[in-house]
Amino acid sequence: MDYVIEIMAPLIEGTGVTLQVFLISFVLAVPLGLVLALVRISRFVVLSGLVNGYIWLMRGTPLMLQMLFIYFALPFVPVIGVRLPDFPAAIVAFVLNYAAYFAEIFRAGIQSIDRGQYEGARVLGLSYPQTMRRIVLPQVLKRILPPMSNETITLVKDTSLIYVLAMNDLLRAARGIVQRDFTTTPFVVAAAFYLVMTLVLTLGFQHLERKYAVYDG
Amino acid sequence: MPSTMASPMIHARDVHKRFAAVEVLKGVSLAVDKGEVVAVIGPSGSGKSTFLRCLNHLETINRGGIDIEGETLVATGADAVCRYSPDADIRRICRKMGMVFQHFNLFPHLTVLQNIIEAPITVKGLRRDEILPKAEKLLRKVGLLDKQASYPSRLSGGQKQRVAIARALAMDPDIMLFDEPTSALDPELTGEVLRTIRELAEEHMTMLVVTHEMAFAREVASRVVFMDGGEILEARPAKELFAAPEHPRTRAFLENML
Repeated sequence: MDYVIEIMAPLIEGTGVTLQVFLISFVLAVPLGLVLALVRISRFVVLSGLVNGYIWLMRGTPLMLQMLFIYFALPFVPVIGVRLPDFPAAIVAFVLNYAAYFAEIFRAGIQSIDRGQYEGARVLGLSYPQTMRRIVLPQVLKRILPPMSNETITLVKDTSLIYVLAMNDLLRAARGIVQRDFTTTPFVVAAAFYLVMTLVLTLGFQHLERKYAVYDG
Repeated sequence: MPSTMASPMIHARDVHKRFAAVEVLKGVSLAVDKGEVVAVIGPSGSGKSTFLRCLNHLETINRGGIDIEGETLVATGADAVCRYSPDADIRRICRKMGMVFQHFNLFPHLTVLQNIIEAPITVKGLRRDEILPKAEKLLRKVGLLDKQASYPSRLSGGQKQRVAIARALAMDPDIMLFDEPTSALDPELTGEVLRTIRELAEEHMTMLVVTHEMAFAREVASRVVFMDGGEILEARPAKELFAAPEHPRTRAFLENML
């Protein structure tokens, strides 16, 4: 037990990095995903096709490869080439990747809303943006909670990929201690930390689902 | 006489509508005057719902013209090209018409009251307290004031349809379009909806009602339009049409229905 307390400090520090990466990525990826979904379903064929290609690219290559590319290869790309420090590079990779997945969740949700909702709004004089904001998206939110919960929990765990950029997140902190002390206890403690974080998210999403259960449909 | 009396509330001329290769409307013309209640009857697939949906631009027409209260929604020129008015005009013109659907199309995430005040607030920019008295008056009128805090899923079909009617009326339409308002209801629930529509007729609301309720059409409508195969075959005062249908297909249809 004393040992566990002794290794707490570096693990908590690592958890801080993990949480930062998770929160910033989540907060940026959700709105970007929504925008991508709206463009994807819009009648602008070229833009919609571009988004489609983007989603294919982001889902079709490993997230780790994308992260390595943004950190190591992006500086050498003409025009858009910038050299990003490790933390921003990780954020950019997570946001770009997760926005693609969120976009597909939003798209499925939006397309599951009955045509009658659009017509009902339209005959009352609501414009398309008003219909989206006031009628469609609030209903979409309820329907996409389960898949969003899934994806969000996956994001927490995927943050451990930043070890490839030598950032000291929770998992890398644990591994460092394991290699130093020749004991696997830090892994168990790290697992407990991850479980607590995902539990909080699970409960949060369950709370939202209950809140939205006041209406059917 | 004000000049507006000269133009009918709805004036459809030679409306043609195609879905891909299928011609659903083959030149439908109809004028509806202020205060008239016109029932549109006919077999399913006759184009009556499509015609109604063309009037408020839920469907676009391929040929012909539609004026609402003397304003052009769409017209076909001498060059045979069918042109709609600019989007802003379309929205303004269509706002003169309220519509009630077969499947209600209430907003499930909003309560009964929120359903009613949504458009006045979002579209007309009214404050909540400005629309609330009217919303309550409408709910009292359709007999659902006690349900104002309920979500639509807690209501019966008849109650849902009455909320939908109140929701449409909250926008102060000059014309009400009903697209088979009782077709999705259990038989014992149609009465309460028809009663509400009848009350509107007594207040001289201009209405176009697509319906399968022959008794209702005969009783409430001032004029009945019989459509079949994408055409109006007969349009006459309700009593005349039911008493002595002229067209053989009207006769056959009515014999089937009654």
